[in-house]
Amino acid sequence: MYDKALLKDFYKTMVSIRYFEETIDEMSLKGEIPGFVHLYIGEEAIATAVCQNLTHKDYIQSTHRGHGHTIAKGAQLDRMMAELFGKKTGYCKGKGGSMHIADFSVGMLGANGVVGGGYTLAVGGALAEQMKGTDNIAVVFFGDGASNRGTFHEALNMAAVWKLPVIFVCENNEWASTTPYLTQTSVKDIADRAVGYGIPGVIVDGNDVFEVYEAAKTAVERARRGEGPTLLEAKTYRIKGHFVGDPEMYRTKEEVKERFDSNDPIKRFEDKVLSSGDMTESDLEEIREEIKFEIEKAIDFAKNSPFPGVEELYTDLYV
Amino acid sequence: MRKITFSQATLEAMQEEMRRDENVFILGEDIARQGGIFGQFKGLPQEFGFDRVRDTPISETAIIGAAIGAALAGMRPVADMHFADFMGVCMDEIFNQMAKIRYMFGGQATVPMVIRAPDGLVRSAAAQHSQSIEAWFLHIPGIKVVAPSNAYDAKGLLKAAIRDDNPIIYFENKDLFRQEGEVPEDEEILVPIGKAKVAKEGKDVTIVSYSIMMQNAFEAADELAKEGINAEIIDLRTISPIDKETILNSVAKTKRLLIAHEAVKIGGVGAEIAAIVAEEGLDYLDAPIVRVGAKYTPVPFSPTLEEAYRPKTEEIVKGIKEML
Repeated sequence: MYDKALLKDFYKTMVSIRYFEETIDEMSLKGEIPGFVHLYIGEEAIATAVCQNLTHKDYIQSTHRGHGHTIAKGAQLDRMMAELFGKKTGYCKGKGGSMHIADFSVGMLGANGVVGGGYTLAVGGALAEQMKGTDNIAVVFFGDGASNRGTFHEALNMAAVWKLPVIFVCENNEWASTTPYLTQTSVKDIADRAVGYGIPGVIVDGNDVFEVYEAAKTAVERARRGEGPTLLEAKTYRIKGHFVGDPEMYRTKEEVKERFDSNDPIKRFEDKVLSSGDMTESDLEEIREEIKFEIEKAIDFAKNSPFPGVEELYTDLYV
Repeated sequence: MRKITFSQATLEAMQEEMRRDENVFILGEDIARQGGIFGQFKGLPQEFGFDRVRDTPISETAIIGAAIGAALAGMRPVADMHFADFMGVCMDEIFNQMAKIRYMFGGQATVPMVIRAPDGLVRSAAAQHSQSIEAWFLHIPGIKVVAPSNAYDAKGLLKAAIRDDNPIIYFENKDLFRQEGEVPEDEEILVPIGKAKVAKEGKDVTIVSYSIMMQNAFEAADELAKEGINAEIIDLRTISPIDKETILNSVAKTKRLLIAHEAVKIGGVGAEIAAIVAEEGLDYLDAPIVRVGAKYTPVPFSPTLEEAYRPKTEEIVKGIKEML
């Protein structure tokens, strides 16, 4: 049903995100990466599948947990790694870091250190494309916790009333920082909130890359046709703590292990393509080796890059 | 020379810039169908359509966020805030997003947008519709802030702001909208951002002011002239970045400084200017610096209290006489 090139793309992107995040986890714990880091492990299928439907002319707005979105949108691992290390060769010359990484050349318009900060910016990107008469669209990723920000509601209303080409992708990972989302959120399904704005609300299994891909495709096509926004909720689970170093007093290791072992999106993909015969173990192994090599190169690049000089402090403040 | 109102001057700026560049558009509450609460947008949708002159939901956060997003996507939005006071509603978008995007993304982005912010005391509008809050934004690197004092500058600064590639907050005093000033016809008016203007030359004292308080500065100068005191008046025009050079050059000449603004005195723009002169021009001074600003209270409703709150010409005159 899917051609092999697409399957390879799915796997390559998901594995890139996983290995990148595992590396960052290790480096951050060792103190080699300054600042706060939030990992996307266990949620890889969502960014991968959504961005597979986008071109570099489409925009995404990301979150504090944004490495996966950045990779899936097409950013290079070496310049990402350098940015996380605070190096001059990073995408933002070391001025942004993990929470403020962006690659405008591929339409990745920024992670955001403010939870719920991206919605209205995505609405603006979509408005610009609508006014210019293109069929480019904007996507904003956000979590279950962020759906309780007022920005969510203002953005959905504005996007709906102007029929803007924007897709709201909720990654419901069940944890709003350190709080179980159901203790702080009025509905079990965030997608239900679409009703209040008269737009489609769709729920998918966020750990099934195929299901996310199909739902995102429908939403993207609808947006490109000028039929307006969609709220897409992908159910997933946050495998790592809120941030690297989070003692995770709010849940047990057993719970996390059980959820990961039973529902790892990469494992599920492997099982599916191997049992269908669409890919072989050696196909998968080849991709894994290629990504491992890329990550090694990215680490070398980041480590061997210079820090920005103090003369950079005042640059980029104004045009 | 032709005289038009401040409001008309801003309208001409919008018309000229929207004709010149199709990426310029304006969004805000009550602007298209109503024409703006001060009539400052009258006729714009008839010429440019309801897409480029866009009524919005009452969603200040989404208005500013959408303007930022559109600016990142190559447009040049002008976002009308209705009242400057409502910037409190969308402060995150202004100071965590708009102001920082270019810097934190290492110069990848430009955010060419203008926030129009009608401010100041007018007809007992009271605590939530009367404030002058420009000092807040002086404290935030990454934003430029301008505040015209007359119709000519209103036109020239708005046109320059729309053409500037940085995010700019344009404070327009509500009581100035109806006032007339000389604005030549058939002439491209662009007032440089970042440059203060010596509005009146003098030798005995420097008055630094901006926006509507410039009128009090002139009144005070006339008053002082009767007693042989010749005041120099600087119209700041741009609040951020502050044109230190013009201020310091003037103080070097006059040896005395008074700063006057309608905003609350404590923590105001005057405090920063006083600090700059204390740090970089203390030796010039023959007298302590004096600041004139509003009282440290929310803006009261009752006309008697509003009048008591308002900074006045007499305070400028008195402050200067005490220095001499």
